[in-house]
Amino acid sequence: MVSVPAVQGEGRVAPVDAVAQTGSYKLEVRDLTISYDGNTILGGVSFGVREHEIFGIIGPANAGKTSFLKSINRMDMFTSNMRVQGQVLFNGRDVRHWRNVYALRRRIGVVFPLPVGLPLSVYDNVALAPRLAGKNNKADLDIVVERCLARAALWDEVKDRLTSLGSMLSGGQQQRLTIARALSQEPEVLMLDEFSIAVDPVTTMRIEDVLKELKSEMTIILVTNLVQQARRLADRTAFFLGGECVEVGETEDLFTGKVQDSRTTDYVEGRFG
Amino acid sequence: MANHTDVEQASLGAVDQAGGDVSFDRRNLDWYIDKAVQTLVFIGGISAIIFVIGIFVFVTKEGLGFIYDIFDFGDFFGSPRWRPTSEWKPTYGILALVAGTASVTGLAMVVAIPFSLGAAIYIAEFASGKTRETLKVLVELLAAIPSVVWGFIGLSIMNPLIIELFDVPIGLNVLNAGIILGLMAAPIMTSIAEDALKAVPDRYREAAEAMGATRWQVIYKAVLPAAKNGLLGAVLLGVGRGFGETMAVLMATGHSINIPTSIFDSVRALTATIAAELGETAVGSDHYGSLFTIGIFLFLITFIINLTADLIVRGIRKS
Amino acid sequence: MFQISELNVRNERTQTLFRLLFMFMTGMLILPVIIILATLIYKGGPVISIDFLFTDPTDGMTAGGIFPALLGTVWLVAVALLVSVPLGVAAAIYLSEYAPENWFTRFINLCIINLAGVPSIVHALFGVGAFVLFFGFGTSILAASLTLAVMTLPVVIVATRESLQAVPMAFREACWNMGATRWQTIRRIVLPNAVSGILTGVILEVSRTTGETAPIMFTGAAFFLPFLPQSVFDQTMALSLHLFVVSTQVPGVPENLPYGVALVLIGMVLLMNSLSIAFRVYLRGRKKW
Repeated sequence: MVSVPAVQGEGRVAPVDAVAQTGSYKLEVRDLTISYDGNTILGGVSFGVREHEIFGIIGPANAGKTSFLKSINRMDMFTSNMRVQGQVLFNGRDVRHWRNVYALRRRIGVVFPLPVGLPLSVYDNVALAPRLAGKNNKADLDIVVERCLARAALWDEVKDRLTSLGSMLSGGQQQRLTIARALSQEPEVLMLDEFSIAVDPVTTMRIEDVLKELKSEMTIILVTNLVQQARRLADRTAFFLGGECVEVGETEDLFTGKVQDSRTTDYVEGRFG
Repeated sequence: MANHTDVEQASLGAVDQAGGDVSFDRRNLDWYIDKAVQTLVFIGGISAIIFVIGIFVFVTKEGLGFIYDIFDFGDFFGSPRWRPTSEWKPTYGILALVAGTASVTGLAMVVAIPFSLGAAIYIAEFASGKTRETLKVLVELLAAIPSVVWGFIGLSIMNPLIIELFDVPIGLNVLNAGIILGLMAAPIMTSIAEDALKAVPDRYREAAEAMGATRWQVIYKAVLPAAKNGLLGAVLLGVGRGFGETMAVLMATGHSINIPTSIFDSVRALTATIAAELGETAVGSDHYGSLFTIGIFLFLITFIINLTADLIVRGIRKS
Repeated sequence: MFQISELNVRNERTQTLFRLLFMFMTGMLILPVIIILATLIYKGGPVISIDFLFTDPTDGMTAGGIFPALLGTVWLVAVALLVSVPLGVAAAIYLSEYAPENWFTRFINLCIINLAGVPSIVHALFGVGAFVLFFGFGTSILAASLTLAVMTLPVVIVATRESLQAVPMAFREACWNMGATRWQTIRRIVLPNAVSGILTGVILEVSRTTGETAPIMFTGAAFFLPFLPQSVFDQTMALSLHLFVVSTQVPGVPENLPYGVALVLIGMVLLMNSLSIAFRVYLRGRKKW
């Protein structure tokens, strides 16, 4: 675990973006602080994500972006030395106050950089989430499976071998399978963490197009190392650096120099990171 | 993960997708099943603790009568006179029995250690591919032979063999049981030793080879010293096995209770004594209690040996 | 330019010598097994027949078959497994999937190692003190099987835990991220992929338990029993005990009879072991990820 020197929390609340405090954020973090074994990885982060927008998060490696995602769907539950402080509000309710954490996670889909094909058939991979939610009708499942695989740009390649093992597909295919699984949850929020690492550029483009369409159905958080990807897709973007959220703003503003912190411009123009 | 319903109410600022209705955040069947499973498996988890404590408790309980009434530390451990069935004055000295166990185990180690080490070195460092796999399987099969079969072999094959080869009157003695015990302990020792050798990182071997050492020199100078903890653990495990072995020792050592002066002497081991005499005792009698007391002693000794061995071996496997 | 120096020649010779030495040592371990098996087959073979396996002993155990002992062993092992496998699998699931990393978990692991190292005769003493006397089962199949179950528990736990831990963590995390509970993940992904490993371990344990004598000697197995057991509260004969008594305490036994019994016992054990090994090799080829 990379230990980031503790960030002074007082007076370092990240600049709040222009549309503030109207209370209609889909997802909102207030003074979120994440630490591992006492080392603060992310300190005092506050911003909101609006419904039906693609929200980008950019920043160099180890800036706490992945930990941030984990704190939202409470996956910190499975990491014993991870400590989350502050508020994470989903639909206005603090996620820590949900009584059924599994119900929370069903509404939030995550795609991590490492492709994971479960050792089930491709069909069962995508049908898993609906089955867990109680959907057992074969006809319904067929529809869901096809739709999700199609959206993940994988349907054509696997439609004739839905019974083959998901864990034996190629890396790129497994990554798209992971995306299909996340979509099968019919989530309210879809979080993607550097999804394009394991996927070739052409397929990445196809998935980016799908994400633009999906925006109307859900809220998307896109963590990415590829700043141009954020520029292409994200409506608003946050810049994480060294354990803090430097700023949040309209993506175009960040890329055209209308920034509140010069480090943002330095980063998007590739001067470091 | 606290449940503060009042705070929950307070933070319900926004209207969410379901129109402010939080009925979807109910604990459902899956939630309860998961908690139930968690409890069930926890019970399974503590079963090992329960049984270990249970063994100690119940064995001690049956030995308590003897311990309170008759047991004397000096006599018990210091006297070689084990005569529990003497009508006139029963004595309960286990020194001869300890000597029996120690001599047989000692001989077994003398036999087993070099051969196990040699075999481990061969399998880990010289053999490869199919040969290695076959040898490992054969060693595993050797380990599978039950104790009572070994005892039978001691009786029927080793016995006449020893009588003939060494021209002694009885073939059931320290030598017989020692060889058999050695063969019984060897597979585990070989297996652990092999693990220890394999755990030595290749860079040790590469460094030695780069200096021009032959295979054997690499092993002797680089690998063995690095693996010595694991090898020590293997030996300890073998000793533990030897101490605790019952049937083979019972059948192959003969029935003399005395401190041996040569490997051709018959002896009696601690474990064998319990096995041979328990059936003849009355529940609750002194003799009965004394056997359970031997059991406590065995429990503690093998516990210490096995624990030490495991600490050493696990230290190796982790690194 | 590079000539083989005398040092090199000497080294090569030492090298070969040592190689041969170690090969010899390995052979010395394997050879006895072969000799033993050969002797058993040679002397015990003639005794084996369908009758031998399936009829009762006669003439005070000096003739006839070993059926009751065979059946008894099957009963004992079966009941023992019935107890130790569910308990052991549950314990392993707890240790692998639920247990936090703290002193208590380390203590449980310590107890497992402890339990595995207890001498078989001490298990017998425990069985007598706990099952025969304290719980009042008397000398019975139940008491003997429970004693065997406690003996086999650590091995089942360790084998199961290793099979569970062989399933990559990534699979679990993928499921948890989707909202699956720990049990749902275990049921759908972890356990099905660990079953084969568990089975391998269990078969191994069966073979070990079949050969055990001390734990059942005083807890439920007996030698001269005129009737087959009718319930778990009856005593039973057992193959391992049969071998012990027939070779040490019964007068007038024809020479080949004990060899036959030993052959059957070792045959069963080696067969199951080979099954387990073969199964393991088969599984290695059927990787699912």
